[in-house]
Amino acid sequence: MAVTAEERPKKRLSEAAPGVERSDAEAVNAPEVRSLYTVREKVYPKRAYGKFRTLKWGVMAITLGIYYLLPWLRWDRGEHLSNQAVLIDFPNRRFFFFFLEIWPQEFYFITGLLVISALALFLATALAGRVWCGYTCPQTVWTDLMIAVERLWQGDRNARMRLDKAPWTLNKVWRKGGTHLSWLLVSISTGGAFVFFFRDAPTLLGEFMRFEAPPIAYIFLAIFTATTYLLGGIAREQVCTFMCPWPRIQGAMFDQHSLLVSYRGWRGEERGPHKKDESWEGRGDCIDCKQCVAVCPAGIDIRDGGQLECIQCALCIDACNSIMDKIDRPRGLIAYDTIDNLEAAAKGKTSPVKLLRPRILLYSATITLVGIIMLVALWNRTILEVNVLRDRNPLFVALSDGSIRNGYTLKILNKRHEERAFRVGTKGLLGATLRIVGFEKDADPTITVVPDDLRALRIYVTLPEASLQKLKDGVSEFDFIVTDLGDTSTVRNDTTFRSPVR
Amino acid sequence: MTKPEIDEITGVETTDHEWDGIKELNNPLPRWWLWVLYVSIIWSIGYWIVMPAWPLISSHTKGVIGYSQRLVVARSLEDAKQAQSVYLEKIAAADPAAIKADPELLRFSLAGGEAAFGDNCAPCHGRGAQGSTGYPNLNDDNWLWGGTLEDIHQTLKVGIRSTHEDTRVNPMPAFGRDKILEPAQISDVTEFVLSISGSEATAEAATRGKAIFAEQCSACHGEGGKGNMELGAPNLTDRIWLYGGDKAAITQTIRNSRAGVMPAWEGRLSPETLKQLAVYVHSLGGGQ
Repeated sequence: MAVTAEERPKKRLSEAAPGVERSDAEAVNAPEVRSLYTVREKVYPKRAYGKFRTLKWGVMAITLGIYYLLPWLRWDRGEHLSNQAVLIDFPNRRFFFFFLEIWPQEFYFITGLLVISALALFLATALAGRVWCGYTCPQTVWTDLMIAVERLWQGDRNARMRLDKAPWTLNKVWRKGGTHLSWLLVSISTGGAFVFFFRDAPTLLGEFMRFEAPPIAYIFLAIFTATTYLLGGIAREQVCTFMCPWPRIQGAMFDQHSLLVSYRGWRGEERGPHKKDESWEGRGDCIDCKQCVAVCPAGIDIRDGGQLECIQCALCIDACNSIMDKIDRPRGLIAYDTIDNLEAAAKGKTSPVKLLRPRILLYSATITLVGIIMLVALWNRTILEVNVLRDRNPLFVALSDGSIRNGYTLKILNKRHEERAFRVGTKGLLGATLRIVGFEKDADPTITVVPDDLRALRIYVTLPEASLQKLKDGVSEFDFIVTDLGDTSTVRNDTTFRSPVR
Repeated sequence: MTKPEIDEITGVETTDHEWDGIKELNNPLPRWWLWVLYVSIIWSIGYWIVMPAWPLISSHTKGVIGYSQRLVVARSLEDAKQAQSVYLEKIAAADPAAIKADPELLRFSLAGGEAAFGDNCAPCHGRGAQGSTGYPNLNDDNWLWGGTLEDIHQTLKVGIRSTHEDTRVNPMPAFGRDKILEPAQISDVTEFVLSISGSEATAEAATRGKAIFAEQCSACHGEGGKGNMELGAPNLTDRIWLYGGDKAAITQTIRNSRAGVMPAWEGRLSPETLKQLAVYVHSLGGGQ
C-alpha cells in the first residue's frame, strides 16, 4: 500500500529509532511544565522492565510482607503473657519484640533504635541519594502497589490514557470500579495490619468480624484506610512534590560524591531520532524516545537534571537500558553516577567514587557508637529491678521511745515470665528493725511477685535511740538487699536513713 | 494599579518585594491545595452552626448540638462518681476494720483518704501528716485519744473541743493562771515531769514535785504519768511532746493549760469519706 506524503513525517516522528517507538510522554510534573493554578496533570507511569524494577518488586515484597504478616507471627512467652511476636501493648505498658520485652522505664531502647534509624537514613542518603524515597518509603511502596493494581484492571500506560478519554461505558465503569474497590481492599488491610500491632491479632480480627472491636481500633482502621487510599491511590507523586519535607532536607544530605540517578548528558547529547544506517558519530546516544519520561512515577524528565520532584526510583535506568539494548548502544546512558564524575566525564576524564568522606565516616562512627551503647545496655539488662522511693514528707518520724522511723516504698520489678519469691533485708544499718506492711506477723517474710509484674512494698525501718547516737549528722547510707530465693541472686539498692540532727 | 512585574527567567509574577537584589516570586498554590482551603472555609461555616463559636455581649452562640466543655467536665465527673459508687456503697456498708481487711477497698480508701486528707487535714497536720507544735504527728505511735481504727474514726467524727455534741474534750486546769499552784510548786512539778520522761531534772525538786503531781495531776495522767486515752490525757513519760518537752514549754503548759481544737467532720464530710480517712491515717505507720 502506498504511503501518502502527509503520513510519512508522522510515522517518522513516532519512531525514535528503527524499531523503537517514540513515546509521547510529557514530563507533566516538571517544574518548568506544570502550572500551579491549573488542574493537576495526571501521570500515567508505564511498566518498566529491568534489574531495578525487579529489585523494587523484591523490596516491596519484603517491606509489605513485614508490615502485613509481622503481627501474625507467634512467640511463646508462657501462659501469662501475649504470644504475639511483636506487640505494642499500651494497656499493660509493655512493648514485646520477640525475645525482648521493653518496660516503660526502658524506653531508651526505642529511642536508641530511632537514633540509629535516623543516622542510617543520613548515611544512605550521603552514599546514594534518595534511596529511601526510591525504594522503601511507604509512600513509594504503596503507590507502586496501587499502580500495579491499576495496571491489572486498566492495562498499561496507553490503555489507561485511552480509558480515561473514553466515554463512560459499562466496560469503563467495570474497570474503574474494580480499580477503586481493589484499592479500598488494599487500604483496609493496611489499616487493619496497623491496628494488629497494638492488640492480639487473631483476637482483634475476630472482634472486627463480630463488630465488637474497641472503638479506637475502628478509628485507626478508618484513618489508615483513608490515608492509604488517598495518598497511595489518588495523590501519589503530589505527596512527594508538595507535602513531604524530606526532599527539601535531603538536598543538604548528599554531595558531589553521592551516587545519584543521573542522565549522562555528555554521552546523550545532541539527542534526536536515529535513522536507519545513520552513523552514531557526532551525535548523542539519546534517541529522544522519551521512555524514561513514560515510566517515571513522579512525572518528570530525568534529562533535565537532578530535581526536587525526582524520588530516584531508578525506573528510568531500566527503561533506558532496554532501549540501549535494542539500538545496540552501551547501557548506562541513565545510571547511578556522582556529580563529580559527570563533570569529569564531560571533560573526557573519570572521577572514581569516593567513599571515605568526612560525612560518611562521621555517620558510620556515630551509628557504631550508638549501636555499641545499645548492645551493652541490652547485655546488662536486668530481669530483676528494684527501685527505692524514700518518704520525703515526713523525712522521719520520732517514736515515743525515742527511736526514729523512716518510711520507704520498695518496688520489685519481676521481668521473668514466672512467679518469683524474694526476701528483703538491709545492709549497713546497725540495729535497724524492718517492718513490711502486710507482713507484720512474719519475722522474715517471703515476698512473691507474679510473672512480668511489679510489686510495691511499704517498708518502715526503725533505729533505736542508742544506734542513732552513732550516726554522723543524723544521716546514714545503707542498702536494701533483695534476694531471689530461686537462684539466690541479689540486687542492692542504696538509700539513706535520716534522723534529727543532734 | 500598576501591572505586576514578571520575572524574566521564570516568567512568574513577582510580589515586588526585593531583598539585596533578590525578588520574591509570587508562585501560586497547586489548585487541589487551594480547594482544600475552600473546603476548610465551608467546613468552618458548618462548624459555627454546629459548635459554640461566636462571642455575643454576655454569652456566645451555643451551636445546635449543644456541646460545651463544662458539660464534658460535669459528665466525666459524673462518670467518675458512677465508677466510685461501687466502692463507696461497699464502704458505706462496712466498718473501718472490714475495709482494711479487703484489699480492693483498702486500695480505694487509701487513695481516697489521701485526697481527702490533702483537702481537709493538711492545713494543720501537714501534707505528710507530720504535724507541728500543737498539731499532732499522725505518723508516730503516740495517740492522745487512741490509735485503733475505731478511735481514729471517732475522733474524726466528733473533733476536739468542737461544736459536736459528743466532742472529745480533755480539760486541764490552768494551774498558774487560776492560782491553784504557786510558781514554786509549778517549778517542782515541771522538774518531776522532766524526770519521768528521761530528761535532765533536779532530783530534789522532782521529789517535791512528785507529791504535788500525785495530788493534782495523777487523776488524769495516772500515777506514773502514763496518761489515759479515755480522757485524752497524754502520756508524760514518753519522748513525744505535742507542745514542746523543754522546761519552759512544760512550765507554760502547767501554768496556762493547753486547749487544742479540731473540728468535727461528721456532717461536713460524707460518712464514706470519714471511713476512708480513718483507714488512711491508721495506715500511716502508727495505727494500733
